[in-house]
Amino acid sequence: MAYSDKVLDHFNNPRNVGSLSKADPEVGTGVVGAPECGDVMKLQLKVRGDIIEDAKFKTFGCGSAIASSSLATEWVKGKTIEEALQIKNTQIVEELALPPVKVHCSVLAEDAIKAAIADYKSKSAAVVTEEVKAD
Amino acid sequence: MGDVEVDRNRSLELVISSVVAQNEQGNNEERLMSVETVMAKMPIYLDNHATTPMDPRVFEAMTPYFLGSFGNAASRNHAFGWVAEKAVETAREQIAALIGANSKEIVFTSGATESDNIAIKGVIEMYAEKGNHIITAKTEHKAVLDTCKYLERLGKAEVTYLDPDTDGRISVESIQAAITDKTVLIAVMAANNEIGTIAPLKEIGALAKEKGIFFFTDAAQAVGRIPLDVNELGIDIMAISGHKIYGPKGIGALYVRRRRPRVRLTPVIHGGGHERGMRSGTLPVPLCVGLGKACEIAGAEMEEENKRIIALREKLHQGILEKLDYVSLNGHPEHRLPNNLNISFAYVEGEGLMMAMKDLAVSSGSACTSASLEPSYVLKALGVGDELAHSSIRYGLGRFTTEEEIDFAITQSVEAVSKLREMSPLYEMAQEGIDLATVQWQVPHE
Ligand SMILES: Cc1ncc(COP(=O)(O)O)c(C=O)c1O
Repeated sequence: MAYSDKVLDHFNNPRNVGSLSKADPEVGTGVVGAPECGDVMKLQLKVRGDIIEDAKFKTFGCGSAIASSSLATEWVKGKTIEEALQIKNTQIVEELALPPVKVHCSVLAEDAIKAAIADYKSKSAAVVTEEVKAD
Repeated sequence: MGDVEVDRNRSLELVISSVVAQNEQGNNEERLMSVETVMAKMPIYLDNHATTPMDPRVFEAMTPYFLGSFGNAASRNHAFGWVAEKAVETAREQIAALIGANSKEIVFTSGATESDNIAIKGVIEMYAEKGNHIITAKTEHKAVLDTCKYLERLGKAEVTYLDPDTDGRISVESIQAAITDKTVLIAVMAANNEIGTIAPLKEIGALAKEKGIFFFTDAAQAVGRIPLDVNELGIDIMAISGHKIYGPKGIGALYVRRRRPRVRLTPVIHGGGHERGMRSGTLPVPLCVGLGKACEIAGAEMEEENKRIIALREKLHQGILEKLDYVSLNGHPEHRLPNNLNISFAYVEGEGLMMAMKDLAVSSGSACTSASLEPSYVLKALGVGDELAHSSIRYGLGRFTTEEEIDFAITQSVEAVSKLREMSPLYEMAQEGIDLATVQWQVPHE
């Protein structure tokens, strides 16, 4: 299969590979996919106030899956949570020129963003309740 | 780096188009030089199960039969026909000699796919009165499996698809247990194209003979790579392919036993009655000559070649094992084609891995490489989990593989796996001591 130049670029020079501390209350972690399906994405966001300050990923998957998650980290950085939730898989498909058989990679990246934000929100909600209790 | 990739593709296009241009000018020496230039720009070829490069000696033997000696081997009344017929009969003898057969037992076909079709459909139709049951295995090539499924759909055959053991071998006991009074054919491949596992041919042959059932083996991967004698092994019908043994594409053969027992086959292609009525159609003389020559070379050089290839294969395997952990072998450790190494690199995905090993032409059982989005059905049948099937790479060495290439393949494989593991959430979890089997995975919303 021939890959687009953008997929190759993200694959060869992935942006924001790595991990953030799961213990950090400002970090939301999303893990989506399954090993037996051939794709697992872990996306982590560090949120200050309402702004996504940092994003890191690790992905088990094909070149398109790695490129999709690399692109996702690039796109969410500096965005507000609300803005990040607006990112659609179709935008990733378009940007990376993914063929139809690779659309599921973009779906996974969108899911990873949503899962990471959901995790962040549940964590901060927990922090708030604890604070209430402490009062 | 992305730009480098693009440059590389572009330069490849340029080289290829210049070769095409020189071919048109017809200067042989320049053409051969350019082929070398192309090869220098291409990845290292380690996909010899998919196809093999043609041996230049085969090419040389074929060339006279494209131009001057263009006759039809079936033309009985003039010298053009006689020359062609002689060439074809020599080729038939060369093929027969490699497998211990008589040249009258060799039928030319277009390849192993067609041979598989003729063998299975031919037996089922010819012996319909005797029975309709086929015993085969889940690890067979699609040319066998889809032919069986087709006959099932038509209601012409009932088929048992046996499970292999975890090394990919079909046990004689499982075949024996599946035999019914309707069984007319046992179809078990000589060597598997993905994992290289070699079947217990002699035992199967003996069982088939004892029960009066025909034994057909798809030997596309085995002929010319391991010694095969149809009489010693009790094989009644055997499929052979040209392009897997350094011969041309578009040619193959079917061995059809003539005595003890005599096998008769209903043809798939009807017509002028060529090939004793089993496969009509004017013979492609240059291709027949090429297949013959390829068999002759294989017979003469197999022993030496295998020593060399096994040493290289072991070097590759050991070189990888020395540098990487979580590597597992797929297929049988001993009953295995000399040129096959199929391994799973846990926690990295095969297609991504092939992309990272960009200077190696290999293949993977990962779903992403197939149209079906299912990982290799062969690895699945062995009980290799889907996860490890996705992580598998098949290295197929060949006659022209060099030690330098293997050294390079080790380095690039190790680098690629290490790089992707650094990026792999599964590897990270494994390092943290998390048992991946206990994780609740979240599948995507579509
Ligand atoms: C085991 C086996 N059978 C059949 C075939 C088909 O051979 P051919 O390409 O000659 O039709 C192949 C090659 O893909 C093979 O490996």
